[in-house]
Amino acid sequence: MNLKNRPVTIHEMSLRDGMHARQHQFGIEEMVEVACALDSAGVPLIEVSHGDGLGGSSINYGFSKHSEEDYLRAVIAKMTQAKISALLLPGIGTVDELRMAVDCGIHTIRVATHCTEADISKQHIQLGRELGLDTVGFLMMAHMVTPEELLVQAKLMVDYGAHCVYCTDSAGYMLPEDVRIRITHLRENLPEDVEIGFHGHHNLGMGIANSLAAIDAGAKRIDGSAAGLGAGAGNTPTEVLVAVLDRMQAAHNINLYAMMDLAEDLVVPLTEKPVRVDRESLVLGYAGVYSSFLLFAQRAGARYGVSPRDILVELGRRKTVGGQEDMIEDVALDMARAQKGEA
Amino acid sequence: MKINAAIIGPGNIGTDLAYKALRSEWISPLWSVGIDPESDGLAHARKLGIKTTSEGIDGLMPHIQADDIKIAFDATSAYCHAEHARKLNEAGVLVIDLTPAAIGPPCVPSVNLKEHVGSKAMNVNMVTCGGQATIPFVAAVSRVQEVAYGEIVATVSSRSIGPGTRNNIDEFTRTTAAGIERVGGAAQGKAIIVINPAEPPIIMRDTVHCLTREEPDQEAIKASLQAMLEEVQRYVPGCRIKNGPIFDGHRVSVFLEIEGLGDYLPKYAGNLDIMTAAALRTSELFAQEFLSVNATDGSRAGEKA
Repeated sequence: MNLKNRPVTIHEMSLRDGMHARQHQFGIEEMVEVACALDSAGVPLIEVSHGDGLGGSSINYGFSKHSEEDYLRAVIAKMTQAKISALLLPGIGTVDELRMAVDCGIHTIRVATHCTEADISKQHIQLGRELGLDTVGFLMMAHMVTPEELLVQAKLMVDYGAHCVYCTDSAGYMLPEDVRIRITHLRENLPEDVEIGFHGHHNLGMGIANSLAAIDAGAKRIDGSAAGLGAGAGNTPTEVLVAVLDRMQAAHNINLYAMMDLAEDLVVPLTEKPVRVDRESLVLGYAGVYSSFLLFAQRAGARYGVSPRDILVELGRRKTVGGQEDMIEDVALDMARAQKGEA
Repeated sequence: MKINAAIIGPGNIGTDLAYKALRSEWISPLWSVGIDPESDGLAHARKLGIKTTSEGIDGLMPHIQADDIKIAFDATSAYCHAEHARKLNEAGVLVIDLTPAAIGPPCVPSVNLKEHVGSKAMNVNMVTCGGQATIPFVAAVSRVQEVAYGEIVATVSSRSIGPGTRNNIDEFTRTTAAGIERVGGAAQGKAIIVINPAEPPIIMRDTVHCLTREEPDQEAIKASLQAMLEEVQRYVPGCRIKNGPIFDGHRVSVFLEIEGLGDYLPKYAGNLDIMTAAALRTSELFAQEFLSVNATDGSRAGEKA
């Protein structure tokens, strides 16, 4: 694989996907401190939102410690070169939250849908374009469809006005070949001026390998997270990705040592429990389950005396999609009742 | 004696509503209104013996008087509803709005149907499918004690969600959230919709979370939820409490499943049924009101003579 001089835009997830790992409890100062370090390390784009996007603060997904507006205003005020993005899942957030984020000064909006439901993103992608934002369509759980089906959905988002479309491995299920065939198919069939992105989760330890496969197949935007801070076993660790891209002489503008230092010194101490491939996050990747279900399954398992692994496998069997966090308690209750019945 | 009605929008909702209305003791669905002559829904309506026009609302208006249409159901989209409502109201037709436009007062039959009796409202809004499924259970908690925050998550199968809802997904969340407050009685409302494409399609499921202001009165809430369930089941027999209520601090959570009657779409599409059944029940109440007014007028006329 030759990635020499290949341009790569790294998009930082630690302050959005990382919100999952921290149960949406980032303090404003903590967030600003990490964002400033990312900014000075040369990261071009940083996402700031509830883990489930704007408007995600809820019983179902967990309430954020602070309002979206407070996080965004505090971070954006301090950036010297980095741009800020926000995530929005139609069905959870609305254009009202999008307008609020634009008012705070975001540069990029990423509109996320399940990989078969792109047509619910029309209102939001169109508005993003109208308001002059860099607008991204984000197709989640992309392992659940073929490259051909993914392209149909990506084309819808492009028609609505997306500048960039993502193949999102929300479950950390994909292997490099799965990524390669999807990105290749998108790259070959979407207009040249539409960028392709890849968002990985590290549940099977494939974050780096999948990101490289994506770049090699034509993806330009790659999501990473400092120290991997993200849902499940976390995202592709940015500092590792940067080191590998340096070795391969790909073109990015991030200072490796600064990235290593902020990951180690600022981000790792933020988590009570290391973000790593543990038993349950491995199950997410193995069974193809949405990564942010992890902590909910562990809590429901403890509360109702059911194995979190069994809950996650059952959620995979029922073909749940992103956003169905309420199914976790429901499934745990079903399983607890079945256990009682057997006893 | 029945009241004549028209159904605007021959999509999934309009067609399912036609099936149900044909069984009604109070409503006679005379017209189905679409904009595409090739539409499956209009073909379906013709098969059911319903008159059709593919010229939209303007194709219906000339027939309002001759066919004595008193009630119209609007099952199109929030964007089209304002124009439909204006034209129909001007012609004296009461509009039952199945879009999330929410121009008229919200109606969830198991909770506030009676408030609409004699209200002289010319436009009643049926909130959303997710709202019809969940707001009764928010109300069941709030009639026991104060609910500071009500949140619902509606999960529906991809196949049961038509282009109207897809183009209007924000209107769904906004209208449902407003209904949780206005009809459900929560101080603050939040609504989430998730679309699941699994095959075979999943049955509509809904989760209702309430945060009570004070410690929840568990026994009273359980009884109230059960009574409400029976009330909803009068028009949607496939509504079930699958799990819960769960009490966790001030959180009260109920997990619901809504199975439809399978009139038009298969039984998984409970989201369709709960909307059409609620709209029909609402229209029947108005129909009874119209008929009783007529009867009263008739007897007075008789006295004079």
